[in-house]
Amino acid sequence: MADNQILFEIKDLCKSFGDHLVLDHISTTIKQGEVVVIVGPSGSGKSTFLRSLNLLEEPTGGSITFEGLNITDPKCNINKYRQKIGMVFQHFNLFPHKTILQNMTLAPIKLLNKSKEEAERQAMELLRRVGLEEKANAYPSQLSGGQKQRIAIVRSLCMDPDVILFDEPTSALDPEMVGEVLNVMKDLAKQGMTMAVVTHEMGFAKEVGTRVMFIDEGQIKEENSPKEFFENPKNPRLREFLSKVL
Amino acid sequence: MDNFIAKFQLNFIDDSRWRYIADGLGTTFTVTFFAAILGVILGFLVALVRSTVDKGGSKSIVLKILDTICKVYLTVIRGTPAMIQLLIMYYVIFSSPDISKQFVAILSFGINSGAYVAEIFRSGIMSIDNGQFEAGRSLGFSYSQTMIHIIAPQAFKNVLPALANEFITLLKETSICGYIALTDITHGANTIRSQTYEPLLPLLAAALIYLVIVTVLSGLVGKLERKLRTDGR
Repeated sequence: MADNQILFEIKDLCKSFGDHLVLDHISTTIKQGEVVVIVGPSGSGKSTFLRSLNLLEEPTGGSITFEGLNITDPKCNINKYRQKIGMVFQHFNLFPHKTILQNMTLAPIKLLNKSKEEAERQAMELLRRVGLEEKANAYPSQLSGGQKQRIAIVRSLCMDPDVILFDEPTSALDPEMVGEVLNVMKDLAKQGMTMAVVTHEMGFAKEVGTRVMFIDEGQIKEENSPKEFFENPKNPRLREFLSKVL
Repeated sequence: MDNFIAKFQLNFIDDSRWRYIADGLGTTFTVTFFAAILGVILGFLVALVRSTVDKGGSKSIVLKILDTICKVYLTVIRGTPAMIQLLIMYYVIFSSPDISKQFVAILSFGINSGAYVAEIFRSGIMSIDNGQFEAGRSLGFSYSQTMIHIIAPQAFKNVLPALANEFITLLKETSICGYIALTDITHGANTIRSQTYEPLLPLLAAALIYLVIVTVLSGLVGKLERKLRTDGR
């Protein structure tokens, strides 16, 4: 895949719960290799926006095109595309009845028809990369929050996704565990993984983000390079937001 | 003591009367076993439909209609006594004299148990955190694959005690088989009583047999539960 190819093209995306409009005509694109960091006050719709990208939230209007295919088309088989779109959740959502290795190999074996040996070899390699290979046969309940989240990240990597969505990946962690998770994410970004990250970690946005997006009241109020975004914010709501969080 | 031996002889040994209870034991086991299987299959399907609609996982009209049918089934079966259901099944639905009574009993108890099992399974499925569901779907699993590989195993573990309870209830409920003249443990014991005019020993024997079966069943479930607890969580 050529660099800078458009992965996501989002046009007039709307989502409402009853009368409440959560996403208000959002349009943007996400290109190959970008690390888009999405920030905003709570209840602004940033998580809903992220979860719309793999249709965990079904949009009520507009369209999302992923790798040239309109995934909001009802005829589209979303399961196929979700394999290419990794997702990491705030609460990890590891499968508690399976070991770490089983957590990582379940989807590749069932969905990509990989052999057990091949899936396990790949999983072990990824575990080594995040320094958790000795946990392969442990159950999620035996891990700390930071370890769980690192496993959740490599579990999504087992499907060889083209992009990974992170929904507040460090918000449920004890402060001393935030670093280890952010480091894994930084490594991923360095290797060129396309990422969309909803987070409150402004340091991560500054350091790793290629673009920072401010969502408020269901709209993208401002998006810019991290430098411009933090040093020269234009939108008054963003200025107010930054003054509170920085 | 001699008196007891004489009564024992009269009730169980003379004319091989013990066979009423022995035959009844076989019937009780057969009916309970197959009714439980039918109930689990039925209950699982109903729970699947109900929880899919509850979770808003599908907007299909077919599913909505199925859901309504399931709701009617649950209301009717849980709202009427099992004995009435058995009698209706035997005398009204299969009014033919050629029909196997055991078959009628299995069908009737299976349909009855299915309603309770369905609610047990549904509560199990609903008790699993929605994040598990989302994690499965986000990896690319379809709704049913997520159900089979991720939700159902966890739900099953959570509902195992309730499910075991239902089987124990089912076993004891089959004691009404006598109403369609099917010889189960209870009916067998009652037949002995009607021949010997001696109620204490045959009924006590029947009660003891139920108690032993239930105790053994409970023990087995406890073992399974402990095993399931050690892998994971």
